[in-house]
Amino acid sequence: MTVPLSMPNAGGGSAGYASKLLLPHWADIVKIIPEAEGVTTYHLRLTDPEVQARYRFQPGQFNMLYVPGYGEAAISMSSDLESNPGLVVHTIRHVGNVTKAISRMKVGDVVGLRGPFGTAWPLEQIRGKDVVIACGGIGLPPLRGALYHILRQRADYGKVTLLYGARTPKDLMYPDEYETWKQADIDVQVTVDRGDETWNGRIGVVPMWFYHFRVDPRKTAVLTCGPEIMMRFVIYEALARRIPTSQIFVSLERNMKCGQGACGHCQQGPFFICKDGPVFPFSAIESIFNVEEY
Amino acid sequence: MLDSTLNTGSTVALPKLELDALLADLRQNGFQTVGPRLQDESIVYREIEGLKDLPRGILSEQAPGSYRIIRTGKERYFDFIPAGQSWKQFLFPPRHTLFSATKDGTWQLKENDEPAPRYALVGVRACELAAIAVQDKVFMRPDFSDPIYRLRREGLFIIAVNCLDPDSTCFCTSMGTGPRLRSGFDLCLTELDDAFLVEIGSELGRSFLASRTYSLPSAFMQDAAARALTRAVESITRTLDTDGLPELLLNNLEAERWNDVGKRCLSCANCTQVCPTCFCWDATDAVDISGKNTRRERLWDSCFNPNYSYVFGGNTRPNIRSRYRQWLTHKLGTWVEQFGTSGCVGCGRCITWCPAKIDLTEEAAAIRREVAK
Amino acid sequence: MTLTPKTAPRPKVAVYKFSSCDGCQLSLLNLEDELLDLASAVDISYFLEATRTVKPGPYDIGIVEGSITTPHEAERIKDVRAECKYMIALGTCATAGGIQALRNFASVADYARTVYPHPEFLHFLDKSTSIAENVPVDLSIWGCPVNKFMVVEVIAALLQNRRPNFPPSPVCLECKRRGLVCVAVAHGTPCLGPVVHGGCGALCPANGRGCYGCFGPSSAANFSALVGSMTPLDRYPNETAGLLRSFSSHAPAFKSAAEAALKLSSEKEQK
Repeated sequence: MTVPLSMPNAGGGSAGYASKLLLPHWADIVKIIPEAEGVTTYHLRLTDPEVQARYRFQPGQFNMLYVPGYGEAAISMSSDLESNPGLVVHTIRHVGNVTKAISRMKVGDVVGLRGPFGTAWPLEQIRGKDVVIACGGIGLPPLRGALYHILRQRADYGKVTLLYGARTPKDLMYPDEYETWKQADIDVQVTVDRGDETWNGRIGVVPMWFYHFRVDPRKTAVLTCGPEIMMRFVIYEALARRIPTSQIFVSLERNMKCGQGACGHCQQGPFFICKDGPVFPFSAIESIFNVEEY
Repeated sequence: MLDSTLNTGSTVALPKLELDALLADLRQNGFQTVGPRLQDESIVYREIEGLKDLPRGILSEQAPGSYRIIRTGKERYFDFIPAGQSWKQFLFPPRHTLFSATKDGTWQLKENDEPAPRYALVGVRACELAAIAVQDKVFMRPDFSDPIYRLRREGLFIIAVNCLDPDSTCFCTSMGTGPRLRSGFDLCLTELDDAFLVEIGSELGRSFLASRTYSLPSAFMQDAAARALTRAVESITRTLDTDGLPELLLNNLEAERWNDVGKRCLSCANCTQVCPTCFCWDATDAVDISGKNTRRERLWDSCFNPNYSYVFGGNTRPNIRSRYRQWLTHKLGTWVEQFGTSGCVGCGRCITWCPAKIDLTEEAAAIRREVAK
Repeated sequence: MTLTPKTAPRPKVAVYKFSSCDGCQLSLLNLEDELLDLASAVDISYFLEATRTVKPGPYDIGIVEGSITTPHEAERIKDVRAECKYMIALGTCATAGGIQALRNFASVADYARTVYPHPEFLHFLDKSTSIAENVPVDLSIWGCPVNKFMVVEVIAALLQNRRPNFPPSPVCLECKRRGLVCVAVAHGTPCLGPVVHGGCGALCPANGRGCYGCFGPSSAANFSALVGSMTPLDRYPNETAGLLRSFSSHAPAFKSAAEAALKLSSEKEQK
């Protein structure tokens, strides 16, 4: 018999095909900025100018960075499009196979890049509100792009407070920028767990700083990113001040292999953190956030 | 030849030997014919050429943690109930090279451009067809389409078979997936002692059947098939109460039963590997000693794997209790919210192939009992 | 450890043997295509099984096969440790005392008296112990014998400054990925696959045999569930306990599981 013409892919798939699954674009490292012990910022430019020109993202989203032979790691962008045009900026803590391999790279080396993936900070939605940005350790980089956006559109937002904590003064990220932020009328409150001889700032944990200022729950939004335990207490303090759960935004971290809600690893409850998150309004995840080991 | 009578939806009687010619015809047209074979005292899905490869006169006796072949001496080909393997292995291969990268000054990527095989699946049961439909929703979503799955799926030819002799671990009737096939196949067989009744499910199925020798089924044959199907439905005794099941599980994430099953579960991942709908995968690099040649590979993973939920600083599900809870609440609960269907089709594989004899129908029932208290 | 082949000379590798059958060293020699790559990436300076030519230490990587069973070995391993920067325990003798650790459950002196006319000339320790019980070990490669590709992967990982890609999953996952029939469920063959670290590619199940556990405990293992579900199926007394007391018997997880299985069997018998 003859095969009907309507048969899809007639010929047993004789036409070659290529699955683009997990296939990265190359990106050149154009600048390396040491930030703190074991933390570095990389300015990347996609090698193919056409791809770079098409590349758009919003603060809060992430890329999968690939080092051949080492694998991929999910890393948030630590700037925004307008602040570093034509570049993709990542601040990376070197703790795993991939991020340690990146730490040994120099300007001119290449990494693979896929993205952007995930949800962004709701910068349009919270326009006109007071904003509390509460973050700890490596939780500031994913929020810096949001901060840059607010700085540029400063008049669009009310009172803006940055609560930032790190373990020691040496672990603080972007200290050179705090002054600029303050001058743009951002209330920058920095705290460390343990001081050193140079430190004359505050000592304590981030959520405690809610005790030091008043919030108007009707017009305040909270953006938080950092260790899960810190976020738990930030949320607790925010709720204690009657900030609605829909106005608290949380960035979650889970093991991710694909970034596209396909591999299954990042599931928490019904969500694929990589595509439904990483940024969630707390109202969406309230019922699952406090379930242990979920 | 009764070509004028053949339409999608019509049923004919096909002499058994004609299946050989049908499979040969499929192979000539570029299909790889895969179906059941008896191997290692079990049924496996492998390449088959014709009737001679099918497991003739084979039944199985299945129970939690146990599977045994029974040789009945009968002449029929499809009396058995499928074993540990599912068709998932053909659409979602256990290992698949995605691309390779070579460093010669700069890194060069080479995509895996091997052509996708074109499969004709022979002997797909109702629960298995339902499982393929579930994976269609997982792998071919509006927002993400898995290229490896899609290419294999789109080229698929499906010869389904109605189950006439369900096993004790089957509960497709609870999940509304079987044992009777309704649609989604190209051809569907009901095996009688002396012939197959063949229902045409697609134009492609019709075109392959049209060149075979067949006859109109007698009323006696149709009656025999109908009675066999009714008996099959009645013989299924295992049940899973699906009434409000997602809510039941998701509202009771701290039930005592999770601790109990966490003590019994081996966390060996067998249930997820035999499950025809489980879709989790991992990606790894296989790199040579020079560091200049690497191959990126996708492979089956499991939520029971110890590093599955690893993030820097630890594992989000370090205990077996929470891993089992993740699996069951996903399969029977959150899956519905994610993909609009339950992740379970009632095939019973996870029950039979659990070395620790854990039975998900019993676990769900136990939680229901615990909550009712 | 940092090894940077671009700037430094090729790292020097030494392969040592203690109480063992040499099977793991043979696995290294059985590397065919990879052996040339390996030899060009590292300087194999001491490997008596392969060549009598010996370059003096210290060595960057020491690969130790075998367990410690004699007073002499207990001393020698300290010297070996001192001359190696990075030490790899190779094979289940080195990681868990090996099959010869079965002596740990009996009196080796009794055996010596039975076998030898003059046992007084023998010098042996009561127990066969792993390398890590004697000196610090940086990395363990399990297996009886090891999977030769895992050795290459470890050396590649060291050269490339990364963690070796060791699947942490149990043998069952590798078995199912290969599409094998479960010998436990389909044949009633006792199999330790659910609790044993993968890496062998489910070699024994692929040949119709149950897993003997030579790759040691998987990090997800639930030994008490295994003992609970397997022991009642014993076809003869202490079958499960015996299986746990084979290649990895001296590994703590296997040891306590075997004890639990023995206890369960004796309780059953008393009933």
